[in-house]
Amino acid sequence: MSAVLDDHHDHHDHHHAPPKGIMRWLLTTNHKDIGAMYLWFSFIMFLTGGFMAMIIRAELFQPGLQIVDPNFFNQMTTVHGLVMVFGAVMPAFTGLANYMIPMMIGAPDMALPRMNNWSFWILPFAFLILISSLFTEGGGPNFGWTFYAPLSTTFGPDSTAMFVFSVHIMGISSIMGAINVVVTIMNMRAPGMSYMKMPLFCWTWLITAFLLIAVMPVLAGAVTMVLTDKYFGTSFFDAAGGGDPVMFQHIFWFFGHPEVYIMILPSFGVISAIIPAFSRKKLFGYASMVYATASIAGLSFLVWSHHMFTTGMPVFGELFFMYMTMMIAVPTGVKVFNWVATMWRGAMTFETPMLFAIGFVILFTIGGFSGLMLAIAPADFQYHDTYFVVAHFHYVLVSGAIFSIMAGAYYWLPKWTGHMYDETLGKWHFWLSTIFVNLLFFPMHFLGLAGMPRRIPDYATQFADVNMIVSIGGFCFGLTQLLFLYIVIKCIKGGEKAPAKPWEGAEGLEWSIPSPAPYHTFEVPPKVS
Amino acid sequence: MAEQHEKYYVPAQSPWPIVGSIGLFLIAVGAGTLVPDITSGKSGYGGWILTAGIAVIIFMMVGWFRHVIHESMNNLYSAQMDRSFRMGMMWFIFSEVMFFMAFFGALFYARVLAVSWLGEGSTQEFLWPEFESHWPLVKTPDGTETTAMGWQGLPLYNTLILIASSVTCWFAEKGLENNNRKQISIFLGITVLLGVCFLFLQVEEYLHAYQEMNLRLDSGIYGNTFFMLTGFHGMHVTIGTLMLFIMFVRIAFFGHFSKEKHFAFQATAWYWHFVDVVWVCLFIFVYIL
Repeated sequence: MSAVLDDHHDHHDHHHAPPKGIMRWLLTTNHKDIGAMYLWFSFIMFLTGGFMAMIIRAELFQPGLQIVDPNFFNQMTTVHGLVMVFGAVMPAFTGLANYMIPMMIGAPDMALPRMNNWSFWILPFAFLILISSLFTEGGGPNFGWTFYAPLSTTFGPDSTAMFVFSVHIMGISSIMGAINVVVTIMNMRAPGMSYMKMPLFCWTWLITAFLLIAVMPVLAGAVTMVLTDKYFGTSFFDAAGGGDPVMFQHIFWFFGHPEVYIMILPSFGVISAIIPAFSRKKLFGYASMVYATASIAGLSFLVWSHHMFTTGMPVFGELFFMYMTMMIAVPTGVKVFNWVATMWRGAMTFETPMLFAIGFVILFTIGGFSGLMLAIAPADFQYHDTYFVVAHFHYVLVSGAIFSIMAGAYYWLPKWTGHMYDETLGKWHFWLSTIFVNLLFFPMHFLGLAGMPRRIPDYATQFADVNMIVSIGGFCFGLTQLLFLYIVIKCIKGGEKAPAKPWEGAEGLEWSIPSPAPYHTFEVPPKVS
Repeated sequence: MAEQHEKYYVPAQSPWPIVGSIGLFLIAVGAGTLVPDITSGKSGYGGWILTAGIAVIIFMMVGWFRHVIHESMNNLYSAQMDRSFRMGMMWFIFSEVMFFMAFFGALFYARVLAVSWLGEGSTQEFLWPEFESHWPLVKTPDGTETTAMGWQGLPLYNTLILIASSVTCWFAEKGLENNNRKQISIFLGITVLLGVCFLFLQVEEYLHAYQEMNLRLDSGIYGNTFFMLTGFHGMHVTIGTLMLFIMFVRIAFFGHFSKEKHFAFQATAWYWHFVDVVWVCLFIFVYIL
């Protein structure tokens, strides 16, 4: 008993200042600490995965094999994908959610603060396992981040078991993180903060968290079946035992397609906060934004086979998944329309967050359009597994998801650090990123349409010039991100003092508290009218 | 929706999450080493690392739950906190449902599509012309033979046992509502015993399958889905029985829980009902149909 009373006592002591040293971060239950750790972890993973991308682009700089052997090239494409998806994009959004959602809804912290710490601290361990498997005998995973059977079962390296278990614990982390977000939003809103008054970031995250809880267990099922197929003689994905390798793709993409929206829906929330702030207008069509997000999430469960048009599905399947996929363009179109309509006749200014947000709207839409092209089943037979697909999903993930994370980081940095970031450098960061991201990914469309396959370390000489341009774009984009690191560190160290509300048009509870936000925000919930 | 202004308990720093992360890390590394070692017949440290990981996780669970129980007994939790716990448990159960869905999906896909495709048209002609598609798949395309598990006998008894245990669990919950502690203890005790009976019979069934029916985990897609689904279900029953047993001890010997505050008990009961529903689906789709 006394231990508990002591704890309670401690608790009061801790209300004003965080404890010092490494133990603060290992033991913390504070949503801001955990959010910050998520964001830093994500950035480290972003650089790690980026480094792997640089190796890929270096190998592809010229035709022929010069830097790495093909097996290592495959490991790089695989681990680059896994690190970026599970290590960079998803934790970045979870970090933003942790940091911002309690402040946005007027809650004292996340609903389950200790579990919150657990969900974060699993991740470094999971990626330690995954990345160190690259250095084992026989190498790391080399079957692509989608680990299709039989590449991962019959032909996978010895380290496949490590891969499986690291994905398992990543999944545990994501599910716990998502449960925390759902419960926080459903149970911790301040009096008066009804669902339809919540900032869209909360809405998009609520729906994202639902998707996470629904599909991460399916991923766990898929990796488990890979494990038993490879090591325990089952034949889920082996026709000789009555299974089907195509079944792997069905199970994987039943997870994988909602996963795609897991990585973009929170972006929509970030962008829906920033565009109104710098247009000095209310968001156009708030309710339609909510419904559009929910529709996208609902449809995401009905489109998975568009990743598999060339596997020889029945025609009915091809048509069903083609039309369902195209339908997603409708709610997505609603969103893009609403963002543009919000800017329409707004008193706009173009600070860095706004630049990234506008960049997002334009470049994400390009990625959306190439997605529509890919959705057309007969055309997809031509595009499938080419660089056109690579271009498509990098447009939505890099100039989509990553740009929105950058936008969010610039937008909330003053709230996090109490200082304004360097606006000039921020603008440089934006323009260099935007120019190089297009130099990097736009020509890939042409490579793909001309027939260059993805995930191959060598290519026919007619692709040489364009690949060189792409690689240069890649190196420059990668280097530009170091500028972001510098800007963030500079902003933490000092800079112009930020007021509680540094953006004239910004709305929301997070701007009603001082910058930097105090260690504990709303001990007693504010009243929202 | 939080209407009240009362304070929400935000715990102070806690060592348990990081202990849990280390535990999971050891489990992942241990299992990731052990599994390839077993199959290639090597001996290594995998098993020890895995055991250490499991020990760390058990240590964490004991410590963490102890801490939470003490907090709750000291009235640090509000009604809102209780709701957080309940919602968390419900969403956790939803994630479990989706985990089983992956394996049920594999079962449906295999029996409705994959196996019949193998037995028709050019697929059959070019791959295994001798293959005949049927379900349960007692002879795979590569000639592995096995026998199908009927639904009569042990599986039927197990179904009745689990359904009965759900009913007794419900009576225990009613006992809590009426503050009849004797009723809770008795019915919870019966529920635990029924869970143990189920597990015992399940082991019997597995032995029977392996020793007499040649039905094994690697007996083609029928054996795969059979053992993976019933195996993961059995794991859940084991965990559920343990949870129920702990609740029984807490009620019968420590006098924990009241009509108003009984989240752990409630969560265990939900979990138990969920495990039962999964079994009913299993009984229908794996055994009967």
